[in-house]
Amino acid sequence: MSDTPEVKTLVIDGQEVSARRGQTILEVAQENEIHIPTLCHLDGLSNVGACRMCLVEIKGSNKLLPACVSTVFEGMEVTTNSERLQRYRRNILEMLFAERNHICSVCVANGHCELQALAQDQGLTHVRLPYRNPGLPVDASHERFTADHNRCILCTRCVRVCAEVEGAHVWDVAGRGINSMIITDLHEDWGSSTCTRCGKCVQVCPTGALFDKSKIGSDHPKYPDFLPYLNLMREAR
Amino acid sequence: MTLEELEQIAKSVHQENSKYDYEVNVCMDLACASQGADKLRDALLKAAEASGKTILIRKTGCMGPCSSGPLVRVDPDETLYAKVTDANAQAIVNSLGDKPVPELQCDLNEHFEKQVRVVLENAGHIDPEKIDDYISRDGYKALMTALLEMTPNGVVHRITESGLRGRGGGGYPTGLKWSTVAKATGDVKYVVCNGDEGDPGAFMDRSVMEGDPHRVIEGMAIAAYAVGASKGFIYVRAEYPVAVSRLTTAIREARRRGLLGNAIGNTQFNFDIEIRLGAGAFVCGEETALLASIEGRRGTPKPRPPYPAVSGLWGKPTLINNVETYANIAPIVRNGGKWFFNMGSERSKGTKVFALTGRIKNTGLIEVPLGIKLWEIIDVIGGGVPGGHKLKAVQTGGPSGGCIPADMLGLGVSYDALMAAGSIMGSGGMIVMDDTSCMVNVARFFIEFCMTESCGKCIPCRAGTAQLHTLLTRICTGKATMADLEMIEELCDTVKTASLCGLGQTAPNPVLSTLKYFRNEYIEHIVHKRCPAGVCAMEAPVSTEPALEVHA
Repeated sequence: MSDTPEVKTLVIDGQEVSARRGQTILEVAQENEIHIPTLCHLDGLSNVGACRMCLVEIKGSNKLLPACVSTVFEGMEVTTNSERLQRYRRNILEMLFAERNHICSVCVANGHCELQALAQDQGLTHVRLPYRNPGLPVDASHERFTADHNRCILCTRCVRVCAEVEGAHVWDVAGRGINSMIITDLHEDWGSSTCTRCGKCVQVCPTGALFDKSKIGSDHPKYPDFLPYLNLMREAR
Repeated sequence: MTLEELEQIAKSVHQENSKYDYEVNVCMDLACASQGADKLRDALLKAAEASGKTILIRKTGCMGPCSSGPLVRVDPDETLYAKVTDANAQAIVNSLGDKPVPELQCDLNEHFEKQVRVVLENAGHIDPEKIDDYISRDGYKALMTALLEMTPNGVVHRITESGLRGRGGGGYPTGLKWSTVAKATGDVKYVVCNGDEGDPGAFMDRSVMEGDPHRVIEGMAIAAYAVGASKGFIYVRAEYPVAVSRLTTAIREARRRGLLGNAIGNTQFNFDIEIRLGAGAFVCGEETALLASIEGRRGTPKPRPPYPAVSGLWGKPTLINNVETYANIAPIVRNGGKWFFNMGSERSKGTKVFALTGRIKNTGLIEVPLGIKLWEIIDVIGGGVPGGHKLKAVQTGGPSGGCIPADMLGLGVSYDALMAAGSIMGSGGMIVMDDTSCMVNVARFFIEFCMTESCGKCIPCRAGTAQLHTLLTRICTGKATMADLEMIEELCDTVKTASLCGLGQTAPNPVLSTLKYFRNEYIEHIVHKRCPAGVCAMEAPVSTEPALEVHA
């Protein structure tokens, strides 16, 4: 493809930007400090395009595209924050809050939660949908960590970090649809699973679903920024 | 295997068949088999032996009008008997060479008159477990013609020329898909057949796989030649054990005859097929989920692009088509693209198989030229709504489709017309509903289906369908308010627009189409706590308030 230029120029929210061929809209936006909300995306992990928060409008197309997996093309005109997009984002967040039991005041991640931050960011003040209030288990069998499924949003960051970075693939998803759940190994207790105790899943978990037992009752910030660095060091080796 | 050998086989089958004075074909498809076609066949065999006449008793695939089963057709007179039991076997055998048995004869002329059989041309005429039967009806001739007389490009061109569109539901132009895969770079390519039919009430693909499995294999082999693949997969759901066993037999027989394997037709072309079983997840009918499932991973869809044509199975260019699409290939190659192009309506060419079910007299499998008016299917082919009831709506496209109201029966059945009416062609399920069906309840049924079949990967589909189900249940139990209805409409918009794959993007269709055409039923449920069809059990007390003026 020698006649295809390696550099593309496009417009994001009225701002002219340039990109390398193969870059995603999200990457280019981040480089240019244009904020696109994300939830399942995390720098250093593969993208699955599941949370639909990063949907953007492309001029000339009716379809909304997830910025995290859509690559740029020459002359593309992207809108990242229209009224319509905001409505969908708030609606999706509402669905998440109503899906399981997200009670910030008693959550270990309160103040450090990406879901909470995103809701504030998007101006979600209340949830109009009926709460489903499922009775989900809490797995505290692990000596260091706890999995509270009531707070899980099924972003699958834990699944990806365990498989792609740690190489253990302890986490996976079981069940279908509204009954989906993250599980360890073949649905065993986390404590008796083949978990390597590395704790990466806890650090990448955007909510209080996976947390460190020693942090209960105290501040529990998470540090997922180690991932791009780790990947860089591995590539350099 | 060469063309001459193929003709030799056909000739010997015809010779063998001509030894018999009569052919008695017994439909052994699931519907007929469940009503005792097995016993009937045994009784016929016994009676035939005792009679001293030379009779060929053949078990065949689906003949069509399942509601009249078990079906028996006597050739060469083409006498069709309906609702035959083993007690009738003797009478049928006795009647051969004489007048037909009057009490078993059925008047299905109208049912068959409007039908055009391309995909189902062999169903009911051949024994699906005998490759020679298929060969005797021009089977594998198209493959040999393609291999020996056409270039791969020529085959793609012929399919493009025919105007065939994907029969799995999307209606993507088949020729365009083939040419994309043919042009994709890479020495390893795959051909995949989507046999993961999962729409409630739909059984077209099952009948094709069970009644004429070689047709699918031949279509796939031609496709493989056209796009440059040498390996194929048929993905069938494990709930179709008969289809699986028929396909397994068919693949084995085709290998034995040299129609699969290496150097097919003494050319350089190699192709073989493997069967993969689905574990019953509806979402695995979505192409990227299906490919993930074949690879042995969890069957969840992936964002496209990249499309499977560029990066499919194990990252290789992959052609994926539906069973019925492949079943159309051999006749197109045999008869030419123009022949196919001349059937059907302006932008929907050829014929389509529908599984006609619900409140209709002649339920079963039908094949009609596209563009046919809906009333012709319902009133003429289907024989109308039985029991003095009134037709209310026709549901097409399964959980991704919508309900077309009775006053729109003048609609021509085509991809675009159905889409414009708020439904879709889908894979070919057609459920007829009369005045005993509550449209809100129907919408709730389909949303429940989508909720349980959602893979759970993306939020709008996973949580949105569950919320829709909760709200629709409120309406069906008389607990809803008009605010709930507004919420439903907003949710439908989000789920439709923001979902990752086709399942979620089309899941709200049954709700949206019933809201479009039967909004008053929703209002009745909400405002008056009354189900007009008398289906929904209302938990809230019936309102005695005077009716509100609602402009809906």
